[in-house]
Amino acid sequence: MAIMISGASSPLYASRRRKNGITMTLAYLATGFGLSWLALILGVLFWEGFSGLSLRVFTEMTPPPGAAGGLLNPIIGSLVMTFIAVLIGTPLGVLAGTYLAEYGRFDKLSTVVRFINDILLSAPSIVVGLFVYEIMVAQMGHFSGWAGSVALAVIVVPVVVRTTEDMLTLVPDTLREAAASIGLPRSLMIARVAYRAARAGMITGVLLAVARISGETAPLLFTALNNQFWTNNMNAPVSSLPVVIFQFALSPYKDWQELAWTGALIITLAVLALSIIARFLGGQSKKP
Amino acid sequence: MVDVAFQSGGAASVAEQVDRAKVLQRLRLGDTAFRHVTRAAAVVVLVILSGIIFSLVYGAWPALQKFGFNFLIEESWNPVTEHFGAIAPIYGTIVTSLIAMLIAVPVGLFIALFLTELCPLWLRRPVGIAIELLAGIPSIIYGIWGLFVFAPFLQQHVQPFLIAAFGNVPVLSTLFEGPPYGIGILTAGLILAIMVLPFITSISRDVFEAVPPVLKEAAYGLGCTTWEVARYVVLPFTRVGVIGGVMLALGRALGETMAVTFVIGNAHRISGSILAPGTTISATIANEFTEAVGDLYTSSLIALGLILFVITFIVLAFARLMLMRLNARLGT
Repeated sequence: MAIMISGASSPLYASRRRKNGITMTLAYLATGFGLSWLALILGVLFWEGFSGLSLRVFTEMTPPPGAAGGLLNPIIGSLVMTFIAVLIGTPLGVLAGTYLAEYGRFDKLSTVVRFINDILLSAPSIVVGLFVYEIMVAQMGHFSGWAGSVALAVIVVPVVVRTTEDMLTLVPDTLREAAASIGLPRSLMIARVAYRAARAGMITGVLLAVARISGETAPLLFTALNNQFWTNNMNAPVSSLPVVIFQFALSPYKDWQELAWTGALIITLAVLALSIIARFLGGQSKKP
Repeated sequence: MVDVAFQSGGAASVAEQVDRAKVLQRLRLGDTAFRHVTRAAAVVVLVILSGIIFSLVYGAWPALQKFGFNFLIEESWNPVTEHFGAIAPIYGTIVTSLIAMLIAVPVGLFIALFLTELCPLWLRRPVGIAIELLAGIPSIIYGIWGLFVFAPFLQQHVQPFLIAAFGNVPVLSTLFEGPPYGIGILTAGLILAIMVLPFITSISRDVFEAVPPVLKEAAYGLGCTTWEVARYVVLPFTRVGVIGGVMLALGRALGETMAVTFVIGNAHRISGSILAPGTTISATIANEFTEAVGDLYTSSLIALGLILFVITFIVLAFARLMLMRLNARLGT
């Protein structure tokens, strides 16, 4: 009798099985759907980007329409602005993360900072551009590479705060207690013990931040603006790879569009490399 | 002799004590200094946020003063007569995000279900990483891909089909009215869907994995199918977390700039058809800010930015509260 009820012939059982079959198929299809976008985007990007990739891209300036040229000035501009942004944003982020994890883990201030930081983490980057425009560009009266760097730094800070806090929280308290028991003051304990234990994870955070800002376009549009030429002057408009891609892709000129694809490929490769290295480091630090 | 020895020993220990006190004093100073420096850095995070709010309000003030509440409901956007209204970009922002969510939420949840319940263990990591790589691709790549590959494809293959299929259906015919431009609200929505899919997937996967195995095993033990376990055990348990993840993705979609700017068409009007070009708040700012002449024009664009920030702030704050609630529950 029991066998009869639970047997495959029961209509209820059949309908449950059918429902399960349908939804599970949908799950497979959804995964295929999601992954095929990745394949499609990367496929087209490599196809279009590689055809324009040559030594010239890295050695020549951006051309006027119709002439040959490369992407040297935007690449250098991006590198310099990213570097300065990390230089400003990392210490701030690490210190703030240290406060959240070490000094004020259960503070009211920390709860608020954590909440606000999480919001800044996914706040629209174009708003950051407007903010820096208001406080720097409008005050100084001209666009500049400094403003672009500051805008990127504003994006770096929340990423670094978050990962620093997370990684320091993972450091076992026994390490801290051991340091305290031999009379190490708290600041030295943090610098010599906690930072060292969390180092890999904190570097991961910085790498992720670099990956994040190396593709950012919106905050640079009206801070660093763009520059057709080489410049050493961070007080002047500086060209950057994403902004050049934006400008060139929307232009009607064929060779500009090709350079845009090549630039897009360079950025994507850089970002993917950074996130793979970051993942590798992060995976190492989480294991023990 | 003994006395002298004692004396000298005492002197040494006094000197030592003074030394010690000095070192301790220095350490104490360093300690307090470091503590205050980290505290100041934490406060900087708050300063950044208030700085953003203050500078946006300050910049938007002339426009808000001139147009008042009408700024929110007027459609005209005319730099020549200097008459600006924000409703068209607001509408575009909301509609594109809605389209994105309609597609990305179910697909993302199903992928998360696949990753947590169906996927063989050896495949879990590669698929998870692939999805996260999709999240790491900068938005400008989605934009250029959308402009050169996706929009022409939609224009030639998908949109004519949509127009033909729904042209005679009452409500849908308005939605799919007009010529197939390729670029427009629908294209932007679809690109956004691809962009936010990884966020939804990775957050829901994380919260699905947080379900205690005992609960799932109990349900399986009762004879539940995988779908029934997902629907009646996993989903109810993780509901707050999933909602939080979806809101987080919505926050991203609302504020996304580059992917949308390429394919939206930048037309300041509200059209019933989702095939028509439109604009979003972020695309308007990206397209027009550097070319804006006149204080009122600039100020109106900053006012748009303020509106965007307020909307995303509310959505993101809600998302964080939801995720915090889930964590609190998992913690206890």
